[in-house]
Amino acid sequence: MVYFDAASTEPLRPQAREALLEALDAGWADPARLYGSARRARLSLEQARAEVAEELGARPDEISFTTSGTQAVHLGVLGTLHGRRRTGRHLVVGAVEHSSVLHAAGLHERAGGSVETVGVSRTGAVLAEVFAAAVAAPGTALACLQTANHEVGTLQPITEVAAACREAGVPLLVDAAQTAGRLPVPGGWSVLAASAHKWGGPAGVGVLAVRKGTRFRSPLPEDEREGRRVPGFENVPAIVAAAAALRASAAERDEQARLSKLVERIRDTVARTIPDVEVIGDPAARAPHIVTFSCLYVEGEALLGELDKAGFSVSSGSSCTASTLRPSHVLEAMGVLTHGNVRVSLPRGTSVTDVDRFLAVLPDIVRRIRLEAGVSS
Amino acid sequence: MSRWQAKQEEAPQAPALTIDALGKKCPIPIIWLAEQINQVPMNSVVSVLADDPAAFTDIPAWCRLKSHKHVATFELPEGGWAIHVRRNY
Repeated sequence: MVYFDAASTEPLRPQAREALLEALDAGWADPARLYGSARRARLSLEQARAEVAEELGARPDEISFTTSGTQAVHLGVLGTLHGRRRTGRHLVVGAVEHSSVLHAAGLHERAGGSVETVGVSRTGAVLAEVFAAAVAAPGTALACLQTANHEVGTLQPITEVAAACREAGVPLLVDAAQTAGRLPVPGGWSVLAASAHKWGGPAGVGVLAVRKGTRFRSPLPEDEREGRRVPGFENVPAIVAAAAALRASAAERDEQARLSKLVERIRDTVARTIPDVEVIGDPAARAPHIVTFSCLYVEGEALLGELDKAGFSVSSGSSCTASTLRPSHVLEAMGVLTHGNVRVSLPRGTSVTDVDRFLAVLPDIVRRIRLEAGVSS
Repeated sequence: MSRWQAKQEEAPQAPALTIDALGKKCPIPIIWLAEQINQVPMNSVVSVLADDPAAFTDIPAWCRLKSHKHVATFELPEGGWAIHVRRNY
């Protein structure tokens, strides 16, 4: 089976596995206590925090570990809004943010706050000027923008938007889940969210970074852990493994350039060999590992099923392949085809052979599904 | 965000053909549209009735890819939309 769903989760890195097993034995004690084993756990936790901070461009005391990227976003959004509630209750988000951002925004709205959703172009990027105008609205407490889109890979103009936010005095939450460990984290964030299993760490570890000077107050009941930002006993072994995986990914950034070339190969070949296909997202300003395309007249579920039979694990934003009846909000906001959609996202070590085999079987699979649906070419 | 959208750039044109794809999931409404658009004279309008939310996005996207014209989308009182497409070639 060839795994092409790295945007959902990157396979565990061997360095992370090794660190995890070691830390399960050495780092199990409560890091908040004072005896020997507890101090050792604390030491491992703080070492991991320092390493993650360095890789993400933060100070160690700005970093809190959460139980997932989703939890990091939820706490980041709601905690910053809570901390700045006297300034205003207006929130600005991009239209193609991860559902964790949009659902946190929905909760804020139901609690009486206001939300402005900034639309995107056909490639899936917000326009920096439009976003800047939105954050300049009086009473804006927070703005949220992802580094790269999780479904189509398009990079967002973080640098420009961060400058506009700074000028307006509005904190910017950057959701770096798709790029942390793959690309350097752009500066200018006030709050940063990321997820360890996306860079080859274990599941169950997210990162919430809050810049010094950013007003933040946990929306949850008080708890002493993680700088009072995240409740509950830290999973020290998994956090140690997450830091090891992040170090390992940072050490092989060349691999991302190689994956990006393979993505380019897929983009070009799919557009050339499959009739009536729309290759989606920005061809150049994009994450290195993600490519998405939609095939006209093809049911997404059938396509995923056939690819699975042919030995390829991929994902889709088509409604009939998701648990919801609605197509992906990302594809909808971009105004691109939502049916017949396939997202290919390459994990580290993807071989040219596997990519070429995928590109070789795909045109015939699409042709067969169209034929069965009675579509004549 | 409102899902309602109507582009009214010219005087409303009565559809020459109505395709009832209510209750059908994408891509069926689009397959039917592609099959039948050539049955109407050039520059006439086909109205596709559909209630799969994917059709709301995908029929205008199909028009863009196939160089036909998405004229307007009207909300139906019983749910779904009448999506008007003009045959360009």
